[in-house]
Amino acid sequence: MGFFDFLNKEKKEQLNKGLEKTKTNLFGRISKALLGKSKVDAAFLDELEEILISSDVGVKTTLEIIERIEKRAAEEKYFGETELNKLLKDEISLLLDEKAPTAQINFNLEGVKKPYIIMVVGVNGVGKTTTIGKLAHQFKQANKKVVLGAADTFRAAAVDQLKIWGQRVDVPVVALGMNIDPSAVAYDTVAKAVEMGADVAIIDTAGRLHNKLNLMNELSKIKRVMQKVIPDAPHEILLVLDASTGQNAFEQARHFMAATDINTLALTKLDGTAKGGVVIGISNEFKIPVKYIGVGEGINDLQIFNKHEFVDSLFS
Amino acid sequence: MFESLSTKLDRAFKLLKGQGRITEINVAETIKEIRKALLDADVNYKIAKDFTDKVKEEALGQNVLTSISPGQLLTKIVNDQLTVLLGGETADINLDGNPSVILIAGLQGSGKTTFSAKLANMLKNKRNRTVMLAACDVYRPAAIDQLKVLGEQIQVPVYTDYDSKDPVAIALAAVAKAKEQGFKTIIIDTAGRLAIDEQMMDEIFRVKQAIKPSEVLFVVDSMTGQDAVNTAKAFNDILNFDGVVLTKLDGDTRGGAALSIKSMVNKPIKFVGTGEKMEALDVFHPDRMAQRILGMGDIVSLVEKAQSVYDEEETARMNKKIAANKFDFEDFLNQIQQIKKMGNLKDLMAMIPGVGKAIKDLDISDDAFKEIEAIIRSMTPKERSNPDILNGQRRSRIAKGSGTQVQKVNDLLKQFEEMRKMMKTMNKMQGAGRAMKMPFGK
Repeated sequence: MGFFDFLNKEKKEQLNKGLEKTKTNLFGRISKALLGKSKVDAAFLDELEEILISSDVGVKTTLEIIERIEKRAAEEKYFGETELNKLLKDEISLLLDEKAPTAQINFNLEGVKKPYIIMVVGVNGVGKTTTIGKLAHQFKQANKKVVLGAADTFRAAAVDQLKIWGQRVDVPVVALGMNIDPSAVAYDTVAKAVEMGADVAIIDTAGRLHNKLNLMNELSKIKRVMQKVIPDAPHEILLVLDASTGQNAFEQARHFMAATDINTLALTKLDGTAKGGVVIGISNEFKIPVKYIGVGEGINDLQIFNKHEFVDSLFS
Repeated sequence: MFESLSTKLDRAFKLLKGQGRITEINVAETIKEIRKALLDADVNYKIAKDFTDKVKEEALGQNVLTSISPGQLLTKIVNDQLTVLLGGETADINLDGNPSVILIAGLQGSGKTTFSAKLANMLKNKRNRTVMLAACDVYRPAAIDQLKVLGEQIQVPVYTDYDSKDPVAIALAAVAKAKEQGFKTIIIDTAGRLAIDEQMMDEIFRVKQAIKPSEVLFVVDSMTGQDAVNTAKAFNDILNFDGVVLTKLDGDTRGGAALSIKSMVNKPIKFVGTGEKMEALDVFHPDRMAQRILGMGDIVSLVEKAQSVYDEEETARMNKKIAANKFDFEDFLNQIQQIKKMGNLKDLMAMIPGVGKAIKDLDISDDAFKEIEAIIRSMTPKERSNPDILNGQRRSRIAKGSGTQVQKVNDLLKQFEEMRKMMKTMNKMQGAGRAMKMPFGK
């Protein structure tokens, strides 16, 4: 059961081939690096640094990971290849985990109040609308009543794009057209969800760069307006991050957090060669769990995030 | 935490201050900082290493000349190397052929469709060319509609075929149509694709073979991280593209991907996308990008943008003033007024040398300048042109007059001084016959 099981065999082979070099680089050298030593070898740490940086983990988080490894190594003295391997993955998983929900994440929405409102935000082109389409499909598969809200009224044809997803998945889409106040769409969507007794409503928003103050304020407003219908809505504010994005994702998380209190992350486009390592630092710093990953353009190409598989993929 | 490259380098250069000669020892810490800064800016790991090695080689043993501090000298070396790495001269697109065919390719969400429309708009309005767009993204829902809507906005016809699922056939038919109707240019928008998707890469290869474009542009998100090199290489291996387009540069990304891509595939970066409006497309200038990364401001772009608002005489006057280091509060106030008219305040402010880093973490709304304006307006004309005479008494009067506090007045003066110092440094470097390019004529 691997992280890349969703890929067809051909793609997988290709991917593994590409990653092979990395593999020999890191773990191939571990035994050599550790032979009879109680201190982690500098060459090994250099290697580790290169792998983490190359996976977009970022300088700060990389240094933190290395520091943790060194500390643990100093404390535990004797360990071999397997132990270091495990220790390394443990430490990285810890960063990803410190406030992850304990309950199993699934699409059954057990124990949540109906309708469960999800608002989806992010910068331009990260895959918000596609993620919503796939999410809707998953909820639908779990026999949930779903409604979508087309509140990206800005980008050309964004409403049409969501409508097509609505048809594919066979769920209703609340749309008021283009260039309409997105708050109005959000309000109507939540109202519609209540009216039709929906289990979940997912609201799309226009992509916006996080340094545009007025657009960020608009998000806060969309959120406030929903609360007129359901006071604690939206229950989930999902920030979508593109796995190929570098350290700028930190700034995205920071600003979206400030504007809307995002509480979950989705990492898209993980079917490419980008590793998305930046989420390790983000998850750690802002204490937000990664909940979903996007692994393709198909309707089924969305998975629940599994931190162990994710960490494995950095070194696989 | 993300720290901008310029902030990092500023700190790194501080370490060198007060030393007379660059040696292995005094440069080591700085080089390390530069490398970290580059990595934070998403420059590829290996490329950052090569880059810092080169900078170090260049810097070692250099005597620090009279009026320039080691930090400034290293700034210059880093700037020069960055400019080289970013591509030397400005490169135009090839519009040969009748019609000239431009093929657009890239990853999902990089901004291909928006760029295609912006390019069409630019060619139409600035080059007086007749342009047709072709929608060949048959995969993403409503992608064709998106291009169609944009085409309507800029009044450029869009070739579509809703029934076909074959991008090669659509592209061929579009080119034929453009030719038949006498269009000078046709821009082919394509679906986003991952570099490792063999089938999709083969498809774009076949599109290229079929339409024989005069220009193939690879569109990439400027926020891309370490993977930029892999993607650029894979697309280049298949398409041998002619140029790169950097999108979403109106964000706060440092754009290290630009460095990575340029040094990986050695293809020029030709355009930068700077906003969601159809006009928000600029030609890429490597020297300006290097300066922007170094936090030296993008004063050339600033002047060009200002030109659309200022008349020529006023611009010449301003340039002269900056060159002679006589830029005063009156000019600053004028500039603010003009900038306010131009929109996208933060971007424009960041182009003023020394201001970029000062406003890095500020959210600037439209009335962000209110206080500054009030303070300047509370100065007498004499004070505005001679900020040096602003003693404590005058400052406290200005604070009262503007309804602010002395601290605010002091802050503004400090910021202004820093700006002037930066301009002075640039002048001096040019005066010393160094390669630092100064945008202003004599």
